[in-house]
Amino acid sequence: MKNVTLYGKWLGLVFAALFLAACSSNDTKEADAAAVTAAEQAAQEAAAREAEQQARAEAQRALEVAAADVGTIFYFGFDSSLLTDESRAQVDAHITALLGNNDSVRLEGHTDERGTREYNLALGERRANAVRDYMVANGVPSYRIETISYGEENPVAYGSGETNWQQNRRVELK
Amino acid sequence: MLFGQRLILALLLLCVAPAWAELQIEINQGVENPTPIAVVPFAWQGVGSAPEDVAQIVDSDLARSGQFSPVSRRDMLSYPTRESELFFRDWRAISAEYVLIGRVSVGSQARIDFQLFDTTRQEAVQSGTVTGPVTELRMLAHGVADSVYETLTGIPGAFATRLLYVSVTRNPEGKDFYRLTLADADGRRPIVLLEGRDPILSPSWSPDGSEVAYVSFETSRPAIYRQNLRTGAREQLTNFKGLNNSPAWSPDGNTMALVLSKDGNPDIYLLNLTSRALTRLTRHFAIDTEPTWMPDGKSLLFTSDRGGRPQIYQYDLRTQKIERVTFQGPYNARARVAQDGRNVALVHQRDGRYHIAVFDLVTDRLTVLTETSLDESPSIAPNGSIVLYATKRGENSILGAVAVDGGVRFSLPAREGSVQEPAWSPYVTP
Repeated sequence: MKNVTLYGKWLGLVFAALFLAACSSNDTKEADAAAVTAAEQAAQEAAAREAEQQARAEAQRALEVAAADVGTIFYFGFDSSLLTDESRAQVDAHITALLGNNDSVRLEGHTDERGTREYNLALGERRANAVRDYMVANGVPSYRIETISYGEENPVAYGSGETNWQQNRRVELK
Repeated sequence: MLFGQRLILALLLLCVAPAWAELQIEINQGVENPTPIAVVPFAWQGVGSAPEDVAQIVDSDLARSGQFSPVSRRDMLSYPTRESELFFRDWRAISAEYVLIGRVSVGSQARIDFQLFDTTRQEAVQSGTVTGPVTELRMLAHGVADSVYETLTGIPGAFATRLLYVSVTRNPEGKDFYRLTLADADGRRPIVLLEGRDPILSPSWSPDGSEVAYVSFETSRPAIYRQNLRTGAREQLTNFKGLNNSPAWSPDGNTMALVLSKDGNPDIYLLNLTSRALTRLTRHFAIDTEPTWMPDGKSLLFTSDRGGRPQIYQYDLRTQKIERVTFQGPYNARARVAQDGRNVALVHQRDGRYHIAVFDLVTDRLTVLTETSLDESPSIAPNGSIVLYATKRGENSILGAVAVDGGVRFSLPAREGSVQEPAWSPYVTP
């Protein structure tokens, strides 16, 4: 729909221009007046277009701010790669923002320190893939998403115990 | 060199400097009645002062095994270096059951002659000579310890071997700093092979001990590399989309088992190191990872959660059949097989705690060896007697070692930071 409207507007502009060109040789007041009207109209339409673009950009910026506000770290349960309700709500905000821009994102999967390092690399990948699959299912093209797993490397919290572990079981969007 | 990562050439010949260690050794538990042995200072038959205290190296090795209690030099009544200077009563007086004496000389090669005596039977039980490069005098001393250990216990020693490990310096403000280090089995003479701000994982040895393989994130994605320890030559082996990890050399050195997730999820693959042909072994939506070879090269063990929770499975290369190996408890992972093809060290979960256990492939018996709760990365000494692993102490990871029979324990904390993923070398000729 948007494209058709835009096309219509362009067509209008072209006609206006042709009309102006056709009239330039006919030195009549009527023609001058018509040309002025057409030019005014074109200017108005351009302004409207610009305003619309600006509004759209502002709306997109608002979506991106909203996405940034919900955070870029999504947490997971122990040995789980299922998105929690909270994580899903966060990812939803990012999806809405991503649908309006062309940004590429990198999803980095992490685990807590329990279990073996190599198994944790696989678990971290499962988590990153869970976020990616959810994004793709909601319309973000997969080529814009890169996933990587760090397993239990690069923890946010170094100590042991659930308080630390829950901060480390995460996917970071970058 | 690339991507801010520094590659350090492992020119082993440079190591004549005093043997500094990054790891400290703390013996936590030895056998109940360790054998008292006197390792008398060896005679130095060279110019200047001896570059290494060979007897001290042998002494420390035997003490670290937990099976011997070396006699202090202060308690020795004399320092014989030849049989003619040895009086058994002097040694029985200080309750030394065995006495080791020796001589060190250095020409174009280093040479250590040694003799072991039984003070009760008053006779020589062993005499031997080891020779090798002058720069490898420490390794030759470890070789003497290996011979003595074998004579007295019946099991070959594993002192003249090396360790690979990853040390990590925490950086709460930014990225942690990783180092891949090669050191002698006693933690001395550490050489950094690779360092940088990107994770280094899964160090492993080629069967002849001349090369190592590992995973580095230096390109911002995981990739498997091999590196020659003598020449420093380094090569990226895989760089597929997704996981590239757990490189494991086959016993004949021609093939590398590894884990890739390029086809959707983690599966085990074989990489022919000559033709570079890649063969996919497992096809399962579960996580298949941590491959390790049986010593006969005919099958591999790996970890899979295809049954719901991680357990050890075996892949038979001839029949291409997969069989589940472990059924004890909810979690058994990252197997490493001893050279006897029977004892398997693994990570076993019990009551939510992760321990190192040994699983006997013949009797299906699983024995938990450790009491700490976050133990991982077991690696078996080439003589099959000790399992080295990583565990947590405070906020840092340290190395722990435990005898397969549970009798002896020691810890190897780093002087600074964390140390993880130990990999014990095969037997190497110095």
